[in-house]
Amino acid sequence: MISDTPLPRVDWIATQRKWLGSDRSAAFATVLLLAIALPCLLAPVFAPYDPSAQPDIIGLRSIAPSLLHPFGTDQSSRDILSRVIYGGRLSLTVAIVATLVSVTIGTVYGAVAGFLDGVGGTLLQRILDALLSIPRLLLLIAIFAAWNNAPLPVFILALGLTGWYGLARLVRGQVLALKAQDFVQSARALGATRSRILTRHILPNVVSQVVVAATLGIGHVIVLEAGLSYLGIGVHPPDASWGNIIQEGSDQIAAHWWISFFPGIAIVLTVMAFNVIGDALLRALQPRKSVIE
Amino acid sequence: MAAFLARRLAQGLAVVVLVATMVFFLIHTAPGDPFGASMENPGISESIRATWRHAYGLDRPLAEQYLRYMASVARGDLGFSFSQHLPVRDALASALPNTLLLMSIALAAAFAVGIAVAVIQVRQRGKFGDRLLGGVSIFLFSVPDFWLAMLVLTSLAYWVRWFPIGGSVDPGAYDTMGTAARIADRLYHLVLPALTLALLYFPVIARHQRAALLESISSDYITTARAKGVTERSIVTRHALRNALLPVVTILGVVFPALLTGAVFVEKIFGWPGMGLLIVNSIGSRDYPLLTAAVLLASTFVVLGSILSDVLYRWLDPRLHSDL
Amino acid sequence: MSQPLLSVQNLSTFFHTEAGLARAVDGVSFDVNAGETLGIVGESGCGKSVTALSILRLIQQPGRIEAGSRIEFEGKDLVTLDDAAMRDIRGNRISMIFQEPMSALNPVFTVGDQVAEVARVHGKGSRRDAWNRAVEMLTLTGIPSPEERAKQYPHQLSGGMRQRVLIAMALMMTPALIIADEPTTALDVTIQAQILDLLKGLQTKLGTSILMITHDLGVIAETTSRVLVMYGGEIVEEADVQVLFASAHHPYTEGLMHAMPQITDSRERLNVIPGTVPPPTAWPSGCRFRDRCPYAWEKCEKEHPPLYQIDQGHTSRCHLAVEPDRRAHPHVPLVEQVGATL
Repeated sequence: MISDTPLPRVDWIATQRKWLGSDRSAAFATVLLLAIALPCLLAPVFAPYDPSAQPDIIGLRSIAPSLLHPFGTDQSSRDILSRVIYGGRLSLTVAIVATLVSVTIGTVYGAVAGFLDGVGGTLLQRILDALLSIPRLLLLIAIFAAWNNAPLPVFILALGLTGWYGLARLVRGQVLALKAQDFVQSARALGATRSRILTRHILPNVVSQVVVAATLGIGHVIVLEAGLSYLGIGVHPPDASWGNIIQEGSDQIAAHWWISFFPGIAIVLTVMAFNVIGDALLRALQPRKSVIE
Repeated sequence: MAAFLARRLAQGLAVVVLVATMVFFLIHTAPGDPFGASMENPGISESIRATWRHAYGLDRPLAEQYLRYMASVARGDLGFSFSQHLPVRDALASALPNTLLLMSIALAAAFAVGIAVAVIQVRQRGKFGDRLLGGVSIFLFSVPDFWLAMLVLTSLAYWVRWFPIGGSVDPGAYDTMGTAARIADRLYHLVLPALTLALLYFPVIARHQRAALLESISSDYITTARAKGVTERSIVTRHALRNALLPVVTILGVVFPALLTGAVFVEKIFGWPGMGLLIVNSIGSRDYPLLTAAVLLASTFVVLGSILSDVLYRWLDPRLHSDL
Repeated sequence: MSQPLLSVQNLSTFFHTEAGLARAVDGVSFDVNAGETLGIVGESGCGKSVTALSILRLIQQPGRIEAGSRIEFEGKDLVTLDDAAMRDIRGNRISMIFQEPMSALNPVFTVGDQVAEVARVHGKGSRRDAWNRAVEMLTLTGIPSPEERAKQYPHQLSGGMRQRVLIAMALMMTPALIIADEPTTALDVTIQAQILDLLKGLQTKLGTSILMITHDLGVIAETTSRVLVMYGGEIVEEADVQVLFASAHHPYTEGLMHAMPQITDSRERLNVIPGTVPPPTAWPSGCRFRDRCPYAWEKCEKEHPPLYQIDQGHTSRCHLAVEPDRRAHPHVPLVEQVGATL
């Protein structure tokens, strides 16, 4: 029987306790994230008005933040708070799904690229190097300028397909290091198939990298989607996303600043929360590689 | 060193060729057609569109288009831009210097500020100053660039009229100015976009530098320096920093390509006539040649950037070049 | 009786860690006289390096020199001295030589630059003067072609030469006291002998006092005139070097002597003192050595032994001083062979 060698596994319980207990900024960020994400994901429950309703184009147009409309209204009298909440639902969903796609592809590609010896491995590495050289934003602009009215699932897929390269390189490096270690050699000597070695012995060690990459990745995609939507090649109206609400308010920003301001704040707070959490995870799981704080 | 450089350049070339291939196929197989019926001018008949397609070679088989493309890129001919009505090379050549100017100044500022912030954070480690700067860094790191640019523009050019609204020169008066006034005018227009970019980029640099400094400062040679009577300030700014600058050089590899593409949104909002604005303006007209060339150029910069940082690292670390 | 050069009184250095309070140095007192070499010997974990670092106040968080400690040197108390005055003393009146010459030198500066820096920091003359003196010191420590070597980087020098560089660094301002923390541990045996000779020669020539910290009794025998044995953060025995080797009192010192392999021996296994050093967060009650001591009895668990006076200049922290007959009845062997027990 192939030995299930005790690997240097991550002690999740202790990690959680240490992280949430002693690191106040991570705990605070988690609370903040939940405070933003929950209302957004449960938009129909939390939004005070219908985001596309235009109740009174004359009387309620472009009013500054007030009690009835905490984030103000736009020139079509739509309530900005509701738009931001629904927009959040879309932006967060896009970011999470795209990141899941990236993380899956990246992990598999990196693991296979690291595991294969010889020509196969080298070829995969060269392709990865080439992919890493292409700036993500530019590539997405080029694709969606060419493909103007791409449906939303395609947009999400494209975001996912352009975001896995960095993780693939990390995973590949990790796999290469693990491959050389004794427990893998002995599993091989005992006749384990390559796929078994990959799934049972190598992948579990890679989990921590993946979790950190996913958390930080969601933040990146939120900003990326916002930028693309702002340029008009991301999420299209009438669907609201944080990016295109900002775009709608951009030509009136001097007079009616609230339209562009609040979705921007929402982005900043959400992405900050993801970054703080991601870095706290990085510190908890691999203390020597910490970058912030 | 020469052999190392030659090898890296050859590898880089292979990567660029691979990138060109990938980008070509990606853009040309995406649905959509620059002369499709959804363009603004429905009055143009199909036969005219067909003529255009033929003139641009878009009705040839894909493989043939690819080979012609690679051959012309090798010659330096990047095609003709639909949106600028100029050869792509000329359009890029006039926009590129503006972007390089803006980004070099912004990055120089970002490096200076970033390293300074990191040094302050390390000297104040654990105390309020460290946390405050750390918080500011995370904030700026999380902010979307176009939004920050909008805020900066609105507050400093609209609400208080300290700076111009956009462009790189004063459109009316520039032509009549003398040289000194022209330079001053350019600098004046440079301030806001460069400031925005510096704010966006210094946190990354500060983060890396801080980590490198913290690692350096717990080394044995730092204890030796203290035992010699060196002041804490000199410990950080001389002994630890010199060692910690090495890892930051590797950031140059990441930052170099940003010289080209890092200012896309900022250029749009401040109307700065560089690569970013060019790219954004070409979106509406589905300007394949321009977009393809832009991506290719940017990738080349990425490759050059990583070669540059490898070479610099070898040059700066005395441990690595004593194979003499 | 002239004043001692350095007088350490009741020094305690504790580390306030999450795992608990580590009492690395716990109430240590000793004097160093002008022109003498005092040795401190003990296993790792006994507190000797922390003592050395404490004298120069090089202890970093979470470590702290506790209140009640006093270190007198040239009329000042080093524990309460302000930072600027302390920096004035470091490298100037008291210098330190470290154990790992490779990691103790900064890899990105030349060797000459690092040695000369001592003079620049203490404000003596110009850069040129500092450099010249650095070359002088490198010559003094026996480095061949010192002018060229000074322009080289640490990784270009051998281990022995790097240690000579550290010694040169320590000598730059002709300090009154040099603290040498395991200066030869990381070196080959032949180089070790050269370095020790160098230190002895320098002491005779310059009259510097040396505090020699080591775990190696051979080094103690070679270089010191008086010895302190440390265990469990405390001094457990103090004596002149000949007295120590001839008639050690404390069972720990005895064990160290027996554990030392002799070249004339024809044994196949090494001797070790059974058991291990307890962690500094949990020193045993009473005598800290009792769990490993062959003679321990009830008194050792209940009463923490003070430093008993055995003879003129010879003290020992052991209750055998008052009940010497117990020495005849060891209940376990003093040392055992490696691998004998588990």
